[in-house]
Amino acid sequence: MTPSSFQRTTARSFANYNLDAAYDEMFASPDEPRPHYRRMYERLLELPAAEVMQRQQAADMHFLNQGITFTVYGHDEGTEKIFPYDLLPRLLAAAEWATIERGLTQRITALNLFLKDIYHEGRILSDGVVPRELVYSCRHYRREMRGLRVPKDIYVAVVGTDLVRLPDGRFAVLEDNLRVPSGVSYMLANRQVTKRVFPLLFNRYNVRPIDHYGQALLATLHALAPRPDPTIVLLTPGVYNSAYFEHTFLARQMGIELVEGRDLLTHDNVVYMRTTAGLKRVDVIYRRVDDDFIDPLAFRNDSMLGVPGLVNAYRAGTIALANAIGTGIADDKAMYAYVPAIIRYYMGEEAILPNVETYLLNDEAQRRYVLEHLDQLVVKAVGESGGYGMLIGPHSTAAQREEFRRRILDDPRGYIAQPTLALSRAPCFVEGDVEPRHVDLRPYILYGDKVSIVPGGLTRVALRRGSLVVNSSQGGGSKDTWVLFE
Amino acid sequence: MLSRVADSLYWMSRYLERAEHTARLLDVHLNQMLDQSPAGAERRWERLLASLRAPAPADGAAEAYPIIAALTFDATRPDSIIGCVHAARENARQVRESISSEMWEQLNRLHLQLRRATMDEIWLGEPHEFFRSVKEGAHLFQGISDATLSHGEGWHFIQLGRYLERASATATLLDTHYRGYQGYGALNDLEWVGLLKSCTAFEAYCKVYTADVRPEQVLEFLLLSPDFPRSVRFSATMVQSALQAISRATAVRGAGRIERPAGRLRATLDYGQADEILGDIGPYLETIQRHCSSIHDALYQVFISYPADVALAS
Repeated sequence: MTPSSFQRTTARSFANYNLDAAYDEMFASPDEPRPHYRRMYERLLELPAAEVMQRQQAADMHFLNQGITFTVYGHDEGTEKIFPYDLLPRLLAAAEWATIERGLTQRITALNLFLKDIYHEGRILSDGVVPRELVYSCRHYRREMRGLRVPKDIYVAVVGTDLVRLPDGRFAVLEDNLRVPSGVSYMLANRQVTKRVFPLLFNRYNVRPIDHYGQALLATLHALAPRPDPTIVLLTPGVYNSAYFEHTFLARQMGIELVEGRDLLTHDNVVYMRTTAGLKRVDVIYRRVDDDFIDPLAFRNDSMLGVPGLVNAYRAGTIALANAIGTGIADDKAMYAYVPAIIRYYMGEEAILPNVETYLLNDEAQRRYVLEHLDQLVVKAVGESGGYGMLIGPHSTAAQREEFRRRILDDPRGYIAQPTLALSRAPCFVEGDVEPRHVDLRPYILYGDKVSIVPGGLTRVALRRGSLVVNSSQGGGSKDTWVLFE
Repeated sequence: MLSRVADSLYWMSRYLERAEHTARLLDVHLNQMLDQSPAGAERRWERLLASLRAPAPADGAAEAYPIIAALTFDATRPDSIIGCVHAARENARQVRESISSEMWEQLNRLHLQLRRATMDEIWLGEPHEFFRSVKEGAHLFQGISDATLSHGEGWHFIQLGRYLERASATATLLDTHYRGYQGYGALNDLEWVGLLKSCTAFEAYCKVYTADVRPEQVLEFLLLSPDFPRSVRFSATMVQSALQAISRATAVRGAGRIERPAGRLRATLDYGQADEILGDIGPYLETIQRHCSSIHDALYQVFISYPADVALAS
């Protein structure tokens, strides 16, 4: 299409772009874009709807051809779907990102100190900052980890933290994912597609690169190795796992072997992989298999995905795991409420990124309040992720609320409640027009010899109008995230 | 290379070779039926089933429709064409990262094509066209593999699977035609031509021996030809060179264990003479099969499911 044909059809008016109480990423007030969004705003004014549709189709084709898909459970043979993708990048100004970066670095440092403490002396428990029963009642607490020294005291090496922007414009932490966070491959794929689809706009903005994530991850895993010149592998549950594409993608990016449990064996507390050239010793496992399934001798004995004897080898210190076993204690949604106190306890600082207000339901007064206000609150199961086991009060039916009331009374420790948040909204293409949709942000933090955060992350979008749920399993999509240089 | 990956590549290739072999035999058989008298049809069906080492369909009738349907479309049978292609695809799916995307796409296309087709459709339509498209699909996969995959260790496991399957399948086919061979009367001329065509060998045979089809020459060609790609000897040569390449690439100890049976298989064929073999054909072909299964067993012992303590002692 020639430049003159752009001018012929400048018909965009943002008529359907209504601002409400939620923070809007693009507009400070109607028709007044925020400074870092101005260039995109101008570009959008001149971009005809037909061309947007055409570019969206090109992007979708790209995802399909590259096989960038996820698997939806509950269909036969695991149906592969592409992860819905919105063309319009979400922009973050340099100063905004600097705060996020400092806040996340502080948080991951404190959480690693916390995990070390919990699995060793337990000072924070003796000092009464975190209640002891909260730890021992957590489903993800692993006795096997008591007194076990992990390499460099790094428990969580790979983190994906979910951030939301509150109506006042501040970012807050919604939840930490300290076990096997996923989605980073979509962050990288989104960037490739955006660069291809919007080369001019990309050029006009000065966007910080993210393509080095593979190298950064490899360096992080390297830092954990118990021996020089380590063999590093990625352990996947296999082709039927919903994130299998991501596992193959990351293994390829890092140039390491993608293994399944049946490829590994332990002998005299050393882990080997079975190759055609004989057994090869393995030093670091980036595991994408949950604790429960990782070693049938230590945890679920019906697991076919794990490696018998792995936990003993881990205790013997011959193998490093990323992430360590038992890190789920620190991303339990009830423990989440204590993270500001945890940061204060270990770092002597206030949390840079605030938490979202959280009601703990084993406290009687808080429980009474929550049960009376179920229609206004969001209730979450403490050990779940991916948007499962959740009640969104304002969008719920009386029957659903009754169901959750019963569940809460049965197991108060198993649930928490939070106010229904007005997540910030960012412009998205909807049928060629531009409309606001609710978004969150999941940056990926790596903790090896140093903390490194690739600038940006996965911006997840609730694609249905008005919806607040961004999880891919619940009809969410994603978009590229541009962190700008000064 | 991970042992699991080598294992999957090997079976992917074996199953596809098996699917192609079955398609070819069914095609030739259906075509020959048109020229043969109905007398002896039952015996010929039995021979076909024995050539494919396939049990008869459950309902027992030695008739074209149920046998073709079972050997082509019965997904519950591991020896049916659809069963073999499905198994090949499942193996490929486990190692998608180790094969080229072109290979995966072609195998997937073949798989979808078979799932779409129905017995009635090919039976009432053109069965020959259908079987030809299956054979072509398998050939295309082979060509794509050769053209798009590095000829490294993985490719050699693919070669190994293909030619070991071929050597064994051709030997079985010869066995069902020559066992108890007493001279010319046993099979009619059409059947000897059918045997050649079952190996796509008729034209190649004629170039060497002219159209004068004699049983001992057919045997010589299908068993001992050094150049014809479906002969047992040619396959044995390919098996041996694939194994040598794998041994070199892995530098694994104890590779002699697998090179021995491969060498024996070759020697048996390299120094064989058709008229002598014909006198004692049953035991001779059994030796060939035994060598083939020794190679398969040794492959597992050396590269795939070796015991951990043995590997650690080295």
